[in-house]
Amino acid sequence: MFPIILKETLGENVTLFEVEAPRVARRHRAGQFVMVRPHTASERIPLTIADVDKERGTITLVVQAVGKTTIEMTGEFEEGDEFSNVAGPLGNPTHIGVPGKPDDFRGVVACVAGGIGAAPMLPIARAFRDAGHEVVTVLGARRKDLIVFEDRLGSVSSELLVCTDDGSYGQKGFVTDVLRGLIERRRAAGGDVDVAIAIGPPLMMKFCSKTTEPYRVPTLVSLNTIMVDGTGMCGGCRVMVGGAARYVCVDGPEFDGHQVDFDGMMRRQAMYKPEEAASLARYREKNHTCRLEVPSAAAERTS
Amino acid sequence: MSNTRVNPSAEELAARVERRGEFKNKERGQLPKIFWAEQEPGERVGNIREVPFAYTPMQARAEAVRCLSCKNEPCVSGCPVGVDVPAFLKLVADGDFRGAIRRIKETNLLPAICGRVCPQESQCQENCMVAKVHKDLGFAVSVGKIEAFLADWEREEGGVELPPVGAETGRRVAVIGAGPSGLACAGDLRRFGHEAVVFEAFHKAGGVLVYGIPEFRLPKDIVQAEVDNLERMGVRFEFDTIVGQTFTLDELFEEGFDAVYVATGAGLPYFVNIPGEDANGVYSANEYLTRANLMGAYRFPEEDTPVLRRDDVAVLGGGNVAMDAARTALRLGAKRVYLVYRRSREEMPARLEEVHHAEEEGVEFRMLSAPVEILTGSDGWVRALRVQRCELGEPDEKGRRRPMPIEGAYEELPVQIVIEAIGNGPNPLIPKTTRGLTTTRHGTLVVEEATMMTTRKGVFAGGDIVAGASTVILAMGHGRKAAGAIDAYLKAEAAGLPKPV
Repeated sequence: MFPIILKETLGENVTLFEVEAPRVARRHRAGQFVMVRPHTASERIPLTIADVDKERGTITLVVQAVGKTTIEMTGEFEEGDEFSNVAGPLGNPTHIGVPGKPDDFRGVVACVAGGIGAAPMLPIARAFRDAGHEVVTVLGARRKDLIVFEDRLGSVSSELLVCTDDGSYGQKGFVTDVLRGLIERRRAAGGDVDVAIAIGPPLMMKFCSKTTEPYRVPTLVSLNTIMVDGTGMCGGCRVMVGGAARYVCVDGPEFDGHQVDFDGMMRRQAMYKPEEAASLARYREKNHTCRLEVPSAAAERTS
Repeated sequence: MSNTRVNPSAEELAARVERRGEFKNKERGQLPKIFWAEQEPGERVGNIREVPFAYTPMQARAEAVRCLSCKNEPCVSGCPVGVDVPAFLKLVADGDFRGAIRRIKETNLLPAICGRVCPQESQCQENCMVAKVHKDLGFAVSVGKIEAFLADWEREEGGVELPPVGAETGRRVAVIGAGPSGLACAGDLRRFGHEAVVFEAFHKAGGVLVYGIPEFRLPKDIVQAEVDNLERMGVRFEFDTIVGQTFTLDELFEEGFDAVYVATGAGLPYFVNIPGEDANGVYSANEYLTRANLMGAYRFPEEDTPVLRRDDVAVLGGGNVAMDAARTALRLGAKRVYLVYRRSREEMPARLEEVHHAEEEGVEFRMLSAPVEILTGSDGWVRALRVQRCELGEPDEKGRRRPMPIEGAYEELPVQIVIEAIGNGPNPLIPKTTRGLTTTRHGTLVVEEATMMTTRKGVFAGGDIVAGASTVILAMGHGRKAAGAIDAYLKAEAAGLPKPV
């Protein structure tokens, strides 16, 4: 069992858990993930590790409540509760360097994070910073209350550029606009962006990759596909990269964004949409009474 | 010749058992085979319960009376672990179930499982003289069914006798993988008095016995009972640990383990490599079965993991896993399930019983059909499987006749799900992350046959990571052989040989 020692609400539907998992914490390197099975009837879901504390033997996971499992996780698991299973760290660590350049090359890294992609970006940005690269972070979300990890990312970046789709915080616009601006600006000043790393929703990663392609900036994306075991055993996570099937769990989770078939990946991601909807509806139905009582009582008092 | 399925009455069974010592071999060889009852095909596809019902004690005894106690014991030489078949059958015939199960357990620690999943017709029952008398392999003495009966009797009535645990040696052995090979090894290590810690990637012990083989073929409470027995013998299980990721083999030695047994299995599914495999609705059998079995998608939405349920399903392959997937699809509500295999029935590697059960349940066998393309709709979902008819050509290096595609002979099977059950490769995680292990070109680990020791001192290996896709009993046999070799290795080491680095 894996005790939750800290739970914190970061934003609307976004929850941070610090979980005791000493073995995972000890071995973790930036870019890796864990398979979490919250309770014994749960799915196993992949979650990228947002931070570790080796001394305390804990890992940090940031969860966005989007489906039955994540809504249950964020809604019903409190400090002192335990997750049944946390297995990892899985996947390959991020290559801390610039593709195509010698290992001792130090360059400028654009870390582009969309929504809760900011959480898994933290250890990667920090690893690049610690290795002596310059880290510029582009942090974006649909609106202000979905921006998370701003301070943490800021603390490892030489420059932090924040944007929201609706302009409610930072610049108004998409991360792709900011990324393009960053590359242009650096190039105009005689510098460059040597590598970009994009983590966030599939569409955001797709368009980040499209943005960097004409500039020939090598771009890594961290994929989070449907998985069962996370060790190469099921092949459910396979995604087409450069025309060949690759397993996100053992070949990834990071791939060359210019080679990934994002449309195919998004189609596969939607494979269980009806089942997921049914599962969620059933869960909401079962929790109907306890969920509705509190707000309706509050409504009565105010009327 | 009595090659008909008759069900002797209770009196006839009792009479046979009574007269068991008096039959001349000629007469004994003619005794009708006792057939076990089974759930009706129409009924059983609507549930996930086990298909065959166990023998009654009297049926088991009467069936055991059919054994001719051949001097050359072809059944024993057919068994990968050399179970003394005639001896235990004699004890069963005499009604000494306790004696019989003890005799089996001298060589086979997991009889409830092996009785159900061993391919008996190509092992102990293959050269059974009784079958030869009847000129029908189906009439061999039902060694597997009697073995399963004994193990069930012991668990449910007799009370399980745990093998004695040896005096603690203080030596520690790490077993990687809680599948049949790892479990067998861990049990024997305890008999020698060594500490045995089993590291398992999943949240449950059993390996292929729990993620792969379905409930209707191997009830999971039987597997759990065996795991519980091992725990009672002092075997410790550490779940959620992926060796190569959570820690390396080197770290296990640093942590004070004196030897390691690697039994990580064949955990890497192969795909045929035809167009359309990226479509929605294409599964590896590993994924399909793991969802259904280990993750409980049979019970979705009571359990959270879903698996697709569609009317028409194609399963590619001819082995046990293909049969398991096809029959699982029926239980998940499919109306039409095709089993697509490139060769003919004779070449199918599946157990006869599975083929028979699949056929009874209505799986449509498309023999001599090679899958060439998975056709998809504009939505990216599977809409059909295109197959090419084949004919058998010359035998290949394994002696199986090679399927030769017939030009222009294509057919489209309208299906919404394609499940690929064409085999698995060895799991690459440990070879990839461990120094000093030599692998074959297939990715399996090289071991010294007599000891199962790898090219690295103190590291032993067995099961599918060594044999490729093999059987439960062989994996178990490897585990036991390795446990013996590990014991000898640790003793030699205690006698002054240097420790592995």
